[in-house]
Amino acid sequence: MNTLITMTIIGPLLAAAAGMAFRRSARLRDISTLTGVASAAIASFGMLWQVSSNGATAVRVGAWNPELGIVLVVDLFAALVLPVALSVILVVEIFAFGQRRTAWGANPELTGPLLSVLTAGVSLAILTGDLFTLFVAFELILVSSYVLLTHQGQREQIRSGMTYVVMNLLASTLFLFGLAIVYAATGTVNIALLAERIPDLSEGVRIGIGMWFLVVFGTKAALFPLFSWLPDSYPTAPTTITAVFAGLLTKIGIYAMIRFHTLTGMDDLGPVLLIVAGITMLVGALGALAQNDIKRILSFHVISQIGYMLMGLGLFSVAGTTGAILFLVHHMPVKTVLFLVGGLIENHQGTSALDRSGGLVRSRPLIAFLFAIPALSLAGLPPFSGFVAKLAVIDAGVEGLSTSIVVCALVAGILTLLSMTKIWLGAFWGPSPETGSSTTSTALNRKIMTGATMLAVGGTLTISLFAGSIFDLSQEAAIQLINEDSYITLVLS
Amino acid sequence: MSFVLVATVGGLTSVGIYLITSRSLGRIILGFALLGHAAVLALLASSGPAGSPPIAGTERSISNPLPQALALTAIVISFGLTLFLLALARRQHVLTGDDLVEDDLEDRRIARYDDSPDTSIERATR
Repeated sequence: MNTLITMTIIGPLLAAAAGMAFRRSARLRDISTLTGVASAAIASFGMLWQVSSNGATAVRVGAWNPELGIVLVVDLFAALVLPVALSVILVVEIFAFGQRRTAWGANPELTGPLLSVLTAGVSLAILTGDLFTLFVAFELILVSSYVLLTHQGQREQIRSGMTYVVMNLLASTLFLFGLAIVYAATGTVNIALLAERIPDLSEGVRIGIGMWFLVVFGTKAALFPLFSWLPDSYPTAPTTITAVFAGLLTKIGIYAMIRFHTLTGMDDLGPVLLIVAGITMLVGALGALAQNDIKRILSFHVISQIGYMLMGLGLFSVAGTTGAILFLVHHMPVKTVLFLVGGLIENHQGTSALDRSGGLVRSRPLIAFLFAIPALSLAGLPPFSGFVAKLAVIDAGVEGLSTSIVVCALVAGILTLLSMTKIWLGAFWGPSPETGSSTTSTALNRKIMTGATMLAVGGTLTISLFAGSIFDLSQEAAIQLINEDSYITLVLS
Repeated sequence: MSFVLVATVGGLTSVGIYLITSRSLGRIILGFALLGHAAVLALLASSGPAGSPPIAGTERSISNPLPQALALTAIVISFGLTLFLLALARRQHVLTGDDLVEDDLEDRRIARYDDSPDTSIERATR
């Protein structure tokens, strides 16, 4: 078990180092980075299997006392989210091999190693048991994302990259201040110890800490007033990069929020979270309707969908948290697939602007098919995974008697369907544009890209197929989070 | 002593926040440098009262080393990020001749849907 845990963090880091060392030889570089991410993904599936059969484990790195040292905790929540996240990165990395020769491809010398570093950061953020290591993991993810976003150095990327870097840097600085506040109040940054000590603090301090970390994680997760950086920066990056960002980065923010706010018992913040969740859903969905570019529409939907997860968290019940976890698991692959399909459209038509594309359903029926499944899933239509996830969240809302948030969620669902229809009308129906495809991709590139997308669509279908058992696992994970005692004994004894 | 530390943190934070609201990337970088210092000082302040140096054999109470370790890590990270921001500003300077943050064209296109004469978007552009 310990080997598996370290494998998910050290493996990708070693792969990144090897990838940088083999810069000159494309084949060695690709093999080493792919091996790193693939081994981490396989290890994470092993962890899920172990945890679901033998129960959660915690590893003390260097055998330090958890009050001083780093603890890596694999509870069911972490074990459930990690395989999905790592598989998403793996699929995108395969897609990137195909996209490399096109005009939208990222620089392969940097993408492979940087994606590996990002993978290590994601694993660390999911597994860590203390807030400061979470900060370091965020930085690991963010620093590689800064470079991935801006390394091509085009004007548009530098412009949007600046907004992205400045917003996230501000959030990181606030995170540091938050750590100082938490340490001053409780004398620890270990989450298990915080779960013991924060409920004993005076109400003002406790709510202050909760709100502070709501802002910190909320900026990373792109919640309502703090989302402005996201639709600006995501569409300008190469598709592969955007797909990873959209699938993972905001989700890591919401993951941290679910972990921190449930374990430390921030139930008082419930109403605030629900209000923010409602506005986030509606603003994201409405913002998407005004856009004309596929990638921008999808970027606004990243924001809207975050609202659902926050809604599940804001209910602070087992049912709500179950819904949030299930939504997280469903959303990561679906969002990534949609961006990958956006990349396929861009590759075929030479643009991702809706008014300059069309007719794909005749010229490329496969792309249309690959788009339809995740789009319907995103909108929450049965029998896809989005339906199960939305049903779980909304059901929890009805159970928690929060009528207005349920109405918000349903309206946002309809708006989502509306903008998926808009993409469908713009890109797949209608006349083909006169310009035709202006790409330099070969048949092999297209095959790799389509193959990777098909793999990811298969992944989302698998999630809807096994929705029952994933729901049970999510429920168990939610119980572990809401009743923090098992987590505390796991880490401290 | 602690009051001086807290006042310094407050002063650095306010100046830093003021600087990063600017449009010039040079000022933003300076702002983040100040904010980083403020955060590190806040971490140090969170460790409680100062103690004597940790030398073996002395019996007196030493100051809490954990926040200092955290502060060191934070310093290293903010150092690297400042360099990255400087590189970004340099690139912006090469591309556009200044280091001002530009507007998003797509946002402006959307804003034109609102045709009330008072739209300040056009005036905000240089």
